[in-house]
Amino acid sequence: MTPGVEAVARRAREVVPADGVVDDPARLRTYECDGLAHYRVVPALVVIPEDADQLAAVVRACAEHRVPFVARGSGTGLSGGALPHAEGVLVVTSRMRAIRAVRRDDQRAVVEPGVINLDVTRAATPYGYYYAPDPSSQQICSIGGNVAENSGGAHCLKYGFTTNHVLAADFVTADGDRVRLGGGAPDSPGYDLLGAVVGSEGTLGIVTEVTVRLVRLPEEVRTLLVGFGSTDQAGAAVSAIIAAGVVPAAIEMMDELAIEAAEEAVHCGYPEGAGAVLVIELDGPAVEVEAEYAAVERLCRDNGAFEQRVATDPAERALIWKGRKSAFAAVGRISPDYIVQDGVIPRTALPQVLAAIAELSATSGVRVANVFHAGDGNLHPLVLFDEARPGEAEAAEEVSGAILDLCISHGGSITGEHGVGMDKAKFMPRMYDEADLDTMQLVRCAFDPQSIANPGKVFPTPRLCGEVPGRHKGAHPAQEAGLAEVF
Amino acid sequence: MGPDPELVDDCVHCGFCLPTCPTYVLWGEEMDSPRGRIHLMQQHVEGAPLTDAMVGHWDACLGCMACVTACPSGVRYDRLIQQTRAEVEAEHERPRSERALRRLIFSVFPYPRRLRVLAGPLRLAQRTGLDRAVRRTGLLDRVAPSLAAMERLAPRLTKPEPLPARAPAAGVRRATVGLLTGCVQGAFFPGVNAATVRVLQAEGCDVVIPPEQGCCGALSAHSGREAEAQGFARAVVDAFASAEVDYVVVNAAGCGSVMKEYAELLGPEAQAFQDKVRDIAELLDELGPVATRHPLEMSVAYHDACHLGHAQGVRVQPRRLLTAIPGLELREIAESELCCGSAGIYNLLNPEPARELGDRKAANIVATGADVLVTANPGCLMQVAAAIEGADHPMRLAHTVEVLDASIRGYRLD
Ligand SMILES: Cc1cc2nc3c(=O)[nH]c(=O)nc-3n(C[C@H](O)[C@H](O)[C@H](O)COP(=O)(O)OP(=O)(O)OC[C@H]3O[C@@H](n4cnc5c(N)ncnc54)[C@H](O)[C@@H]3O)c2cc1C
Ligand code: SF4
Ligand code: SF4
Repeated sequence: MTPGVEAVARRAREVVPADGVVDDPARLRTYECDGLAHYRVVPALVVIPEDADQLAAVVRACAEHRVPFVARGSGTGLSGGALPHAEGVLVVTSRMRAIRAVRRDDQRAVVEPGVINLDVTRAATPYGYYYAPDPSSQQICSIGGNVAENSGGAHCLKYGFTTNHVLAADFVTADGDRVRLGGGAPDSPGYDLLGAVVGSEGTLGIVTEVTVRLVRLPEEVRTLLVGFGSTDQAGAAVSAIIAAGVVPAAIEMMDELAIEAAEEAVHCGYPEGAGAVLVIELDGPAVEVEAEYAAVERLCRDNGAFEQRVATDPAERALIWKGRKSAFAAVGRISPDYIVQDGVIPRTALPQVLAAIAELSATSGVRVANVFHAGDGNLHPLVLFDEARPGEAEAAEEVSGAILDLCISHGGSITGEHGVGMDKAKFMPRMYDEADLDTMQLVRCAFDPQSIANPGKVFPTPRLCGEVPGRHKGAHPAQEAGLAEVF
Repeated sequence: MGPDPELVDDCVHCGFCLPTCPTYVLWGEEMDSPRGRIHLMQQHVEGAPLTDAMVGHWDACLGCMACVTACPSGVRYDRLIQQTRAEVEAEHERPRSERALRRLIFSVFPYPRRLRVLAGPLRLAQRTGLDRAVRRTGLLDRVAPSLAAMERLAPRLTKPEPLPARAPAAGVRRATVGLLTGCVQGAFFPGVNAATVRVLQAEGCDVVIPPEQGCCGALSAHSGREAEAQGFARAVVDAFASAEVDYVVVNAAGCGSVMKEYAELLGPEAQAFQDKVRDIAELLDELGPVATRHPLEMSVAYHDACHLGHAQGVRVQPRRLLTAIPGLELREIAESELCCGSAGIYNLLNPEPARELGDRKAANIVATGADVLVTANPGCLMQVAAAIEGADHPMRLAHTVEVLDASIRGYRLD
């Protein structure tokens, strides 16, 4: 333990109950990774505060002693965002899980950051509301993690991502200052600092309370499970549906291999022999759903659907979704190891990109299962390998990277919702040029001048804020132009 | 031996099991979650020596198997924790006081006859030769109040009478069924076994009850005492060997779950026996009803015992049996997947978290406002009995099969 960490540990023991300060080596190691388990770093100290006061005191101690800190919610991130720092403190929010208020009158819920996504919906349902962003990990991921990753889910096609549902947040900056971002009004004047924090992956500070928007439970929900012979047919059906002006709550696609895995894991009874399935959910007023359903049914048939099933009760609906929502984890049943990739493409490029992925897979011999939010072009290829067989991990890594290149070259992005974290920092220069990255770095330095908040994530090379970023010999162009200042 | 590295490797670290784990729900820390416990196993597999800290986190596991239900990757946590516990028993030196308590528990609970003595807790303290060291563990003080509450709340349909060795089917015989009488069930709830026999008879089963049957080995197996468990298991298999039954029926969830794994415990020769094992609700549902159900005008809260729901996947069958009774209204309990904290002998070894979980469960049960709490495990009843007795609207407690028995015989349940 460095003297800095020791000092933070001393301070933490003063403010946090004893079992919330962890330094036993075996216990520390259980925190060495998040949902992306092949990156592992044992933190020097883990602190599990019970409230915002305790959390702020710990962050302040970190700032005082220049000790890096990393926030962690439920540790389900898939980009290594919550990967600890070897000489730093991991600040875990899993004991800050109070739902402070569920208000029907203004459709808001106020929650602590460690509250589990699905628990917000559970608390709001009796009032006729729910929390719309629904990552597949909703049963366990935390709202704090969702805010940090700007997480999305199947229903974001119609309802938007986390950023569209966060109205205000209490925030502890990397200096340990406590600020309130956003507010009661629909829009706050001045810079959208809340917008900057959503999706910042813990690099600006730690969220300690979130006010989220609740959405009225729809009058009618209808879920269809549609079997196609191939992903091409399914993709064509998706395009046809959107072109017809129908905006389903969700359109999800799974290919043959992903279906096989889900079937093995949860026996979801998907159509036998399907080369692809679509899960389409329509929601809203009953008359509207009825009309949309007729259109969707016809468009699927026109595009080669060989089987269509409608869930008529919550249990059937749950079973259809169960197959989709457990697909990632279920792939563990058909392959010892796999990489979950996350990329975005314009929906129209779907057929070309899928064909290119199939070709990559064929030439490299690496199996790829595809699961994706087809409606908004967010791909989740699952690249399968066996760590025990020499060379397979590297080959999978290569295919996985090549898929991202495909996304970029088709005008897409390197991450739809899982974030950049540790894993994709190296891909950032493929999407942005240096000036872009330097500008982002300036934003970061405004919040975190000592670069202690989740250092080494998001940006390709760790930089200190005092350092002049980039290859420019002089100041950053934005500085030279008098538009920005280095803190 | 220790945990099987391949089973450890199956965990992909997705965290989906965390919210159903009672200790994670209570304490919100990684090391007391299934994912964290598997990670600790991995550390040990990779060479880290056992430490008190590690063992403490495994000990705190209730073995409720909610994580097995939740895991989409099919991780066999049930096997893993059993292997780990066996390793701990073999390799790890526990503090002296803990050893004494464990020794006491394992010298009483798996033995029906010794347990029956415990059933009159006061008598026990006066009569038996338990020495002061044992009394100092405080075990009796902890067990006695729940036992007494349980006895007060248990339904009294008939005076417990000794079970016959064989009871004939009413009407046409549809199956011949062996009955495991169980240790705790037999000692504290003789009414449940009697009701089981009557219901099976009414549904057309010849019932065979081998007199010389001991403990099924569940407590030992779930605590890593593998050799002891194997001994018990072998004796059970032998006891039923000559009976020529189509099924072996169990009415205590914990016993059923381990008996359905006898082939893993004893080897493939126990497979044939294992294939015959059914929970009573499972078998009655499989056979379908022939006896007439009389109305029971009451509301019932059904509690899924972990070793029935999570470990055996038996959830719909008891609900189907109950709702088929005219007049009976079934109510669901919030957080139904969360363990009540009883978990075999867990509540004796870890009284604090057990009490917290028990109170949480009792509050959810009471909130249903139902007249009767129905579940299939004696341990669960024991766990919530005291809390329920103290509630504003005390409920009756009953086993699923007692409700069926009352309905078939046209009795009221009180
Ligand atoms: C099987 C599986 C399926 C998934 N499906 C989806 C999906 O459909 N959509 C999706 O978007 N994601 C998905 N994810 C990824 C992951 O669940 C999300 O990124 C989630 O938001 C992470 O939440 P968490 O609580 O686990 O955060 P963690 O993994 O603990 O942390 C994630 C990041 O957030 C930061 N952070 C955490 N808490 C705070 C806080 N209070 N303040 C500031 N920063 C914080 C951390 O530093 C880290 O950078 C999936 C993951 C798994 C394992
Ligand atoms: S068996 Fe129960 S207590 Fe043990 S890790 Fe699994 S869910 Fe948690
Ligand atoms: S759900 Fe299964 S794979 Fe996921 S962390 Fe838990 S045990 Fe591991």
